[in-house]
Order: sequence, then C-alpha cells, then structure tokens
Amino acid sequence: MATHAAHAHTDHAHDDHDHKPHGFVNRWLFSTNHKDIGTMYLIFALAMFFVGGAMAMVIRAELFQPGLQFVHPEFFNQMTTMHALIMIFGAVMPAFVGLANWMIPLQIGAPDMALPRMNNWSFWLLPFAFTLLLSTLFMDSGAPAGGWTMYPPLSLQMGHNIAFLIFAVHLMGISSIMGAINIIATILNMRAPGVDLLKMPLFTWTWLITAFLLIAVMPVLAGAVTMLLTDRFFDTSFFNAAGGGDPVMFQHVFWFFGHPEVYIMILPAFGIVSEIIPTFARKPLFGYQAMVYAVASIAFLSFIVWAHHMFTVGMPLGGELYFMYATMLIAVPTGVKVFNWVSTMWKSSMTFETPMLFALAFVILFTIGGFSGLMLAIVPVDFQYHDTYFVVAHFHYVLVTGAVFGIIAGAYYWLPKWTGHMYNERLGKIHFWSSTISVNVLFFPQHFLGLAGMPRRIPDYNVAFADFNMISSIGGFWFGLTQLLFAYIVWQTVRGGAKATANVWEGAHGLEWTVPSPAPFHTFETPPVITNDMLAHGDVTH
Amino acid sequence: MKRYAKWAGLLALLQAPALMAAVPERWGLNLTPGVTETAAAAYRMHMIMLWICVVIGIIVFGAMFYAMFKFRKSQGAVADKSLTHSTTVEIIWTVIPVLILIIMAVPATKTLIFMADTRNADMTVKVTGYQWKWRYQIVDYRGTPQSVNFMSTLGMNSNKTRIRGSGLDPNAVKDGDESAYLLEVDKPLLLPTGTKVRFLFTADDVIHAWWVPALGWKQDAIPGFVNEAWTDIKEPGVYRGQCAELCGKDHGFMPIVVQAVPRAEFEAWMADMTPKAAQPSQAVAAVAPAAQ
Repeated sequence: MATHAAHAHTDHAHDDHDHKPHGFVNRWLFSTNHKDIGTMYLIFALAMFFVGGAMAMVIRAELFQPGLQFVHPEFFNQMTTMHALIMIFGAVMPAFVGLANWMIPLQIGAPDMALPRMNNWSFWLLPFAFTLLLSTLFMDSGAPAGGWTMYPPLSLQMGHNIAFLIFAVHLMGISSIMGAINIIATILNMRAPGVDLLKMPLFTWTWLITAFLLIAVMPVLAGAVTMLLTDRFFDTSFFNAAGGGDPVMFQHVFWFFGHPEVYIMILPAFGIVSEIIPTFARKPLFGYQAMVYAVASIAFLSFIVWAHHMFTVGMPLGGELYFMYATMLIAVPTGVKVFNWVSTMWKSSMTFETPMLFALAFVILFTIGGFSGLMLAIVPVDFQYHDTYFVVAHFHYVLVTGAVFGIIAGAYYWLPKWTGHMYNERLGKIHFWSSTISVNVLFFPQHFLGLAGMPRRIPDYNVAFADFNMISSIGGFWFGLTQLLFAYIVWQTVRGGAKATANVWEGAHGLEWTVPSPAPFHTFETPPVITNDMLAHGDVTH
Repeated sequence: MKRYAKWAGLLALLQAPALMAAVPERWGLNLTPGVTETAAAAYRMHMIMLWICVVIGIIVFGAMFYAMFKFRKSQGAVADKSLTHSTTVEIIWTVIPVLILIIMAVPATKTLIFMADTRNADMTVKVTGYQWKWRYQIVDYRGTPQSVNFMSTLGMNSNKTRIRGSGLDPNAVKDGDESAYLLEVDKPLLLPTGTKVRFLFTADDVIHAWWVPALGWKQDAIPGFVNEAWTDIKEPGVYRGQCAELCGKDHGFMPIVVQAVPRAEFEAWMADMTPKAAQPSQAVAAVAPAAQ
C-alpha cells in the first residue's frame, strides 16, 4: 500500500499541469494520447451501435408480421447487409480497440501506446470509412444488398455502391492492421519492469493474440474484395465461372478471413470477463496459464476451420469430415475457459455489481451460443441448420450476449476509472436485467424458427412463422430501447456522480487500479516500481 | 427415444407431430424427422447433440448457479485464495470433452458417409436456380433418358399478396387446407416414392440453395458448378421448401414444392410433361399404359 499511495501522489502532482492540448482540434483531431483516442473509439463505436441497431429495428419491424408492411425486399436486403457491416466493423471492433487503447498501457505500466501518431490515424480513418459506407444509402443504387459476406456473383450485380463498400473495407482494414501493430508493439516493448508476459492481465493477453489474428487476416479480406473490385469494374474473372473463375474460391478466401474474424470479436471479451469475475469473486483467476494457452489454441484453430461456413457448397466428403472434426475441437479450449471461470467463482466471496452481472450473463449466454455452434459443426445436421434462423440465433448469442455484453461489462467496470465517477448502480442493474431478459426474448425464439424451417435473410415468411417472429420483434424493440438507457447512464456518469476511489472495486488488482480515478492525462511517465501483489496475476507458478 | 421417457413432458414439446406435416407447423419448436432416411438420420443426430448439450448445460450452469447462491459475500462467504490452479482438473476437463466429441463424431461421420453416397440412383433430376425461380429437368428415369423440362415459380396468390400494400391477408393463401403463403408454386416437382433420386444442382446467374426440410438437407446451386445430392421419399405428400442462399431482392419468393406420388402416378405425370416432339420415346410409351 505504501507504493500505491506514493503513486497516487506523483500522479496527482501531474494532474495539476497535465499538458492537455488546448482547443478541440488540438485535443481530439491531432490527439496522440491513448486515453483520448480510446475515448474517441468508444464514442464512435457507441454511435455506430445505434446506427446498426436502428437498421435492426427496421428488420424486426418488417418481420413483425407476415406480408410486406414497411419496406421493399431490396431495401430489406440493404438493411441486413449494412446492419452486419456496421455492427462488426463499426461497433464491436472499434469498441474493443477503444478498450485496448485505454486499458493496455494502464495494465502494463506504459506511458502511452508505442506508436501514438499511427494510433491517431488508425482512429481517424474510421469516420471516413463509415461516411463512404453510409453514403451508399443515399445513392440511386442504394446500399449494398448482397449480404455482408459479399458473395459473388450476387455482389457483382450491385451498382457502383460495391466500390464504396470495398474502399470502406480497405480503410477499415488499414485501420485495424495499424491498430494491431500498435498493440503488439506496445505489449512487447513497453511493459514496465516486472510485468512479465505471464504476469500480464488476461485482457492484455487476449488482445495480444487478437492483434496477431488481425494482422494475419485483414490483408486476406483486402485481397478478396480487391478481386471483387476488378471483377466488377475491370473485366477480370477471378470469381466469374463464365470467364474461367470460381465463385466458391471467394467463399474460401472470405472465410479464411471470416472465421478468425469471429474470434477477433470474442477473444477480447474473454479477456474482459477474465478480469471482472476474479475482481467480484475476490479471488485470483483460476488456471491463469491454462486460460492463456486456451486463448492461443482457439486462435490457432480459428485458421483451420473456415470451410464450416460452407458445408453446403458441395465440398468432397473428406473436406467435410476434416472441417467438421477441426471445428468440433474448438469446443475443447472454449470448454476449458468456461470451466476455469466457474472454478474462479468456486469458494469465492461474490458480489453482484453491474459489471459482474454482465460478465456472468456473458458466461451463460455465450455458452448457449457455443452449444448451438457445436451443433452447427455436425455436417449432416448442418445441412438442415445452414442459412436458417438457427444460425442467426447462434451468432447473435455469441456476438450480442457474447461480444457486446463483454464490451458493456468492461465499460461499467472501467467507467469509474475513466470518468472518476461511479455510475448509477440502480440504473445499471435495471439496464442489465432489461437487456438480459429482452435479448433472450429476441434471440431464443429464432432457434425455433430456424428449426421449423425459416431461412435467414428473407423479408417475408409463411404464416406458420408469424408467432415467434412477433415475439422476437417485441424482444428486439425492447432490447433496442434498453440500450438508450445505457447511453444515458454513460452520459450521466461522465457528467458527475459519486467520486470513485483509485481502486474503485474492493477486489480489483492490477496496475490500472494504482493510478487515481479519473486516470490523469499522462500516467506511468516513469516506470512504476512493481511488486507481485500489485498485479492481478503476480504469481507465475500457475 | 424410449430412454428419455422420464423427460416425457419436455420431450412431447420438442418432438415432431406423429404425422409428417407438409407445411411448417405454427409454434413449431424443432426439426422434424422428415420423410426420408436422411432426414430421419439428421433428426436423430440433432437430438443426440441437443441432449448432450442440455446435459452439459445443466451440469455447468448448475455449478455456476450453486456458486452464485452459495459463495455470496452477503452470506458471509470468505474467498479461498489458495484455490487458484490444479493441473489435474485442467487435464480432466480437457480429456472428458475430447471423449464426448468422439462420441458425437462417430454417428456424425456414419450419417455423413450415408448421405454422401449418390450411387445406384433410379433417376436423375437436374435443378437450375435462376433469379427467382427454379428449372427442373428430369434427365433419366430407370435407365432411359427423359426430356421433361419446366420452370417452377411462386404461386399466383402468394405473388399478389406479397406486394407491399396489397391489402391481402397472407393467412388467406391456402393450398387445400394448408397455409401455403410463399410456399406454393405454379408447377410442383413430382417425384416417385420409394425411388432413389439423384439431383444435380447448378445455377444460371447467382448462387441459390435448394432446401426442402422434409427431405433432410439443402444443397447450393452455383453457376459453373454441378453439385450432387440424393433423396428417397418414403411417404406420398406435398413437401415445401425455399431458396436458402441470399440471391437478390426476391430471394424470399422462390419456393420449392416437391410432390411425392406413387410410381404409376409419377410416370403418368412424366408422360404428360414430356414435350410432344419427344413423345414417341419407347420408354414413355411403355410405361404410360401401366399408369392408367
């Protein structure tokens, strides 16, 4: 505690003259500060979450009852396509990068990210990328409507909007690659003395591994969409069967990116949950090293299972069997993670503040998404599940109650550190219960719809599917409205509230809790002196 | 299924109706065993997976909820900070899932090998996907080449009702007494029961997917590729499905209807559908009288 107090003191001294740039342009547009850039990423992600969410509301409104009431089928397809692109590239990924920016330097005792100017550019590419993408909504040809997967030949039938989509993807890709390089450089080079790799918090670990995934697969996506671009505008035939090309090759290339992408969107959430559960269980994470190895195994397996998204394209039997077995294997390290979280809770002393509630809901609901994922791996039944609402239910369980719940949990967990104020716990709990109930009303019935035979990406359906669609839509509107409460809670916390202590949570361990709340503009300008008991995982024997 | 008798209540909820429905059931919760051996095999595999997941879920979530109620600070629980790792349990909960996966993989592999075997078919149907309709060509039947070739598109009633602002009620679209909204076509594909039918799938513009849930699988129809699948329908009936791969604005409006009929009836239909120029084919002449 002596070191702790000393730190608080030095940092406080800095707080008085923290060299914050003056003026909006200098402070934000030219920002090289990891905290400010992190904040911008998070605000951008929240804004995109509401834009993508509004599109989901259009989808659920149209599907509220059979028959077409609100939109034409073409516009419906634009909504499903744009909803996915915005949620994946605009909301979930930037939110995780924002959390990484804020927390990784604080967790490893670094003064900032290793490459601050590149950090600025990584962020500022995004508003331009999404301006390009969203501008297509106002074009004559409308927004891209061929699905976020952009399968040719369908995506090549679109108007010029495909060019805007492709350049937007390129910008997002450049942004992600630079962000990933920055994170790797920061973690490998800027750890304070005493923060060994196997003493790093799990959030930092998961991001280190995620960053390698990003660097490996974003260029693959860039290659795939560039081939689409030349097919569409320069008469090449990469994916055009009539010209000697191969439309299935696009799917292979796309999913070679797409499957690791799935883990890019979930591994940092694993990290967040692995921070939160030990804090509120007041007990170190069970099986720390097994957790790290499990994340690394999942990352490795993510590269060798891509064709399980394509079991119905007509692969040879051997290919189907291989991809089935490889996919099933992912259940093993994922199971290890879930068992370790449960063991962390065992013989603990738990309290249930909002971050903990979201983390626990994450474990349960993500596991349900994992179960349906395991079922989807089984090729002979995947022939039934594929491209139905069962798949829609599956990936929304892992992405909404998985990735998004992880992000929300992290936001509540670190919000006091960012703002210096405690959020309103009562509103936080209302937000949690309302979200958790509504998200299940929204997505659980979609399992039934898919099993009963409803394909995905359709604007209208047989009357037999009416009942569960109506329930799902009600859940959707409820969930959407509930998230406005989240925005309000964040706004309220930024404005004021009970003063947060440096440690914020009784059971919190790690370097981020040794700096005052709010974290000063500059932290760890001189490397902190670290003792093992300051770290969440200072004991390397396990 | 008998060994699950103790969960009879829940099972009744999940189990398919005894009589195979040709249209999706209202409030339908589960896959149905369908009308082919492949569909039944897929259904069995699905139920195996579902119950294994339910059992694992009960154990894991049970442990979680027990911990959440038992180890609360408000109940005076004190954290045992020495409980941080155990190589033994890590090995146990790695090995046991591997064993469970092997238990799943064995029947899955057998089923898949069974489903992949398109040999020894009695007839061949070529299916071509277009935006937004299907072409069916009967290529051969019991060793004789055939020339049946027709397009199948969304039925008139559905087509009128689906227009935005049509004011028509989707519930009113019926085929007989079945609610057939968006699941009816102008010309269904007739197939003989008790006959192994090999399908060839391709597409002319973009990728489509041919899916009739009662048959137990879907297969992509891809331009420039020919994919294979097979079926052998046991019971006569009308089986409805839809395109399952996003194929543009009317993706939701290119249904599939397969009508399984006894062989004699099928042969009469086939003779009827054969273009006049091809009529003198001996095979058709030979089988047509049998159908009378």
